[in-house]
Amino acid sequence: MSEEKAGNGHRPGRAGSRLSQELVGVVGLEIHAQIHASTKLFSGSQVRFSSPPNSLVSFFDASLPGTLPVLNRRCVEAAVMTGLALNCTINKKSLFDRKHYFYADLPAGYQITQQRLPVAVDGRLSYGVLVDGSQNHVLERSVRIKQIQLEQDSGKSLRDGHRSQTLIDLNRAGIGLMELVMEPDMCCGEEAAAAVRELQLILQALGTCQGNMSEGQLRVDANVSVHRPGEPLGVRTEVKNINSARFLARAIDYELQRQMAVVESGGTVVNETRAFDFKSGQTIPMRDKEGLQDYRFMPEPNLPPLLLYDQQTAPMDADPTQVILIDQIQEQLPELPRVTRERLVKTYGILPEHSFTLVNEDDLVDYFVSVVQRTKAEPRKVIGWVLKDLLGQLKQRCLSTAQSPISPLALAELLDLLEAGRISSPAAKLVFQELWKGTGRSAEQIVEQQDLGVMRDHGEIERICQSVIDSHPEEVRAIRGGNRNVLNKLMGRVMKQTKGRADPLLVRTLLEEKTS
Amino acid sequence: MLYPPFRDVHRHGNDCDVVMNEHHSAPPAGKPKGPLDGIPFSVKDNFCTESMETTCASRMLKGYRPPYTATVVQKLLDQGAVLIGKTNLDEFAMGSGSTDGVFGPVQNPWSYSVQYRERAGADAGWTIAGGSSGGSAVAVAAQTSFFALGSDTGGSTRNPGALCGVVALKPTYGLLSRHGLIPLVNSMDVPGILTRSASDAATVLGVLQGLDKKDSTTIPPPATPTHLPEEIDVRKIRIGIPREYHAPGLSAETLSQWTRVADLFEREGASVEPVSLPHTQHSIVCYHVLCTAEVASNMARFDGLEYGHRSALEDSTEALYAATRHEAFNDVVRRRILAGNFFLLKRNYELYFMKAQKVRRLIAQDFARVFHGGVDVLLTPTTLTDAAPYRQFIQEDNRTRSTQEDVFTQPANMAGLPAVTVPTALSSRGLPIGLQLIGPALHDTRLLALAAWLQKRLCFPRLELAGTWAEPGDVGVAPGLQGALQGHT
Repeated sequence: MSEEKAGNGHRPGRAGSRLSQELVGVVGLEIHAQIHASTKLFSGSQVRFSSPPNSLVSFFDASLPGTLPVLNRRCVEAAVMTGLALNCTINKKSLFDRKHYFYADLPAGYQITQQRLPVAVDGRLSYGVLVDGSQNHVLERSVRIKQIQLEQDSGKSLRDGHRSQTLIDLNRAGIGLMELVMEPDMCCGEEAAAAVRELQLILQALGTCQGNMSEGQLRVDANVSVHRPGEPLGVRTEVKNINSARFLARAIDYELQRQMAVVESGGTVVNETRAFDFKSGQTIPMRDKEGLQDYRFMPEPNLPPLLLYDQQTAPMDADPTQVILIDQIQEQLPELPRVTRERLVKTYGILPEHSFTLVNEDDLVDYFVSVVQRTKAEPRKVIGWVLKDLLGQLKQRCLSTAQSPISPLALAELLDLLEAGRISSPAAKLVFQELWKGTGRSAEQIVEQQDLGVMRDHGEIERICQSVIDSHPEEVRAIRGGNRNVLNKLMGRVMKQTKGRADPLLVRTLLEEKTS
Repeated sequence: MLYPPFRDVHRHGNDCDVVMNEHHSAPPAGKPKGPLDGIPFSVKDNFCTESMETTCASRMLKGYRPPYTATVVQKLLDQGAVLIGKTNLDEFAMGSGSTDGVFGPVQNPWSYSVQYRERAGADAGWTIAGGSSGGSAVAVAAQTSFFALGSDTGGSTRNPGALCGVVALKPTYGLLSRHGLIPLVNSMDVPGILTRSASDAATVLGVLQGLDKKDSTTIPPPATPTHLPEEIDVRKIRIGIPREYHAPGLSAETLSQWTRVADLFEREGASVEPVSLPHTQHSIVCYHVLCTAEVASNMARFDGLEYGHRSALEDSTEALYAATRHEAFNDVVRRRILAGNFFLLKRNYELYFMKAQKVRRLIAQDFARVFHGGVDVLLTPTTLTDAAPYRQFIQEDNRTRSTQEDVFTQPANMAGLPAVTVPTALSSRGLPIGLQLIGPALHDTRLLALAAWLQKRLCFPRLELAGTWAEPGDVGVAPGLQGALQGHT
């Protein structure tokens, strides 16, 4: 193997590993976001999740002959909002097209989309990648948004193998989608997952898409290739069937590894579509759909060009319900995650990494702010409790913030006790655990009932310190001999005996005095 | 005989009884809803009518009962007009003879007239009614309806209008809603109006025009009323005669009518001048490309899954689709689908579709230039000749016939302009010849005013139907309607 590689000018022998160091991954994404609206893109049927099959289908959705599309204003606004939030140029004129193919879940035999001139182009999404997967450091990255286009969703088909039939549900047919194309500016699964996560947060903040990948509200396909920097891009494959951000990273990384192995062994990557199988963690080639599809794009003749205006350019006599003003939408955009994070850092003095974690978690920002407002403790202390203690417990039990058994008020009370010196921090941890059990008692009550209040009796503390020292002559000798670390063991003993209620600083001071 | 235009009247005889009874049981003291209250009309069978079979004369939609009614039909029903039946057509409105529908060809009543029998001879066979809205034209010509709706994509209302000796209006594109009109070419289709007089057409136009939020291609109607003025003053009118419309195949008689009417206008003080529409020669080919492309797209929905014919061959989804479409589309439809798909292929799109769109714009600009230059209306033939005998007509295929027959009518569809055909005289065979007026967009009313002016002066004769109805070997005659129009004056 290594000999054949000599043609590259590399030394034989180590050629394999040297090549794999040079190959880099190139990842682009094609994302379909279901627009959060009460009706469909071109018809008045309702949009609802999990309704009885074929109960939300209008004549147009069923492609009854003679029916015509009527554009849903809310969907256009959603696309404009999303485009603006992603720093896109909003095209004042955009066009609709028909994309033809035959499939049982596509009643008209074509999808209405925007192929020639989409509603938004040339944007940018900034996102953060957490280094080492920990909260220590955040790297700023960005990916170019090629375009955002409006298009119809298709229905769903279910294969019933038993009766050799296919069942079609058209509830989803015609729901508005925003297709977002992200340029291949990402290098790996981690970046793609982080970009998608940020996009989810933005869409949720805007209210234009609920962003739930497992419910199909956000669908991500990855375009993956490998090449050596400086050389032209490699052949790409498309990876589909990814149902969560976590799977996205795994699918992409698997595919990148697979492609690198192919290239290193002298093979060529085939341009194909592959499905991600989450059970095996692999991508497998999808059924070949009769070779390349020619979609026979044609302008949609029943929809005139979509014209958008600014307050200045809007025609004077225009009906306001028929006109969308881009600058007005811009003014009314809600706070985006990036701004929220900046605001949190500025207002509360927390670290950027913390702001990422806060914003990433549903409702956690509100929780945090709630606690801060109700406690005397500094935000920088609150953040530790929220991110480590609270979030840690929530994650362990797969709970959402909304399901937390400890309310912001309860946590605030606990922190106040700590702040007032009424309990020590180890005791506080114990109280926290008790609060978690949700017995309805307040922090104050728990402290009283379990006698966790800080030990005030200095005499008692001194007595316990002395008794520990007396019962550990070996350790005392070691400490006096210069091994100060052994002091921690004695401290541990004292804290245990006092059930953590003694002030650790005082204990240390006393022990140091007595062992000096 | 007039069958098969009214096959539906027979089959849905009960429905019609119900309609009639409802009408008669309305309190006589009530005010009429409008000028159309109680007026019988027919509708081409490519307009959806709720719960009434709507077939487009195709096996694909045999038995299909839409759950809704087309906007223009509903407007008429709301006015109290009485729908007496759906009329026959070429399958999916593709054709210029109304000969290619699944229910059989439509016969022109004029070929059963006294005039025809006298002049054409006893063994002359019956003639076509023109297409694709043949049934609607016949309904009006034979006076079984006061007016009828057709559709017009390349001349499908005006062509049969001319061959059947009635007034047929193709309105400005966007003036009448297409919601519920099963489309042929979305960017050219319009509902068409067939009547015996231009002022009737104006009345119907007034009821039908208007924005429809269910059809995004509709435009606000002009502010001017559709009620025709007492008489238009032609001394203020400039008439253009496009030289490119001296097409090969134009019959001597049609040419002579063209001259007659141009002279008439001039004698009465209108200014009549030659004009040029230089891109006319390209319009048929351009129309062919654009029409077939849209057809291929519009027909993609017919797969047998949601409605319509479904093949019994269910080995796979693809086999089902292919068999359903093969079984239920006639070969005219299938040919257009194939051609259209070819033109829309990625490698062909620029060469054919884009090119045709550009040529289309040139054709529209030809008209715009002429109208901008001050010409008010164009006067042209509607068809090349009078109605051909059926046996002669079917010797060429549908595509050839359409190519030949649509010459004068389809440029107006390409440009979205209003056009009306007016019956002028009978040919030497006793069959109607019509002439066409084309106007600028949204000037439909002025067009009809000119048509009315002409009708008053041309004295087009009445249809006199002969005593005998059927010849041996002719298409079967529906009993019950025999003799229904005997003695009609």
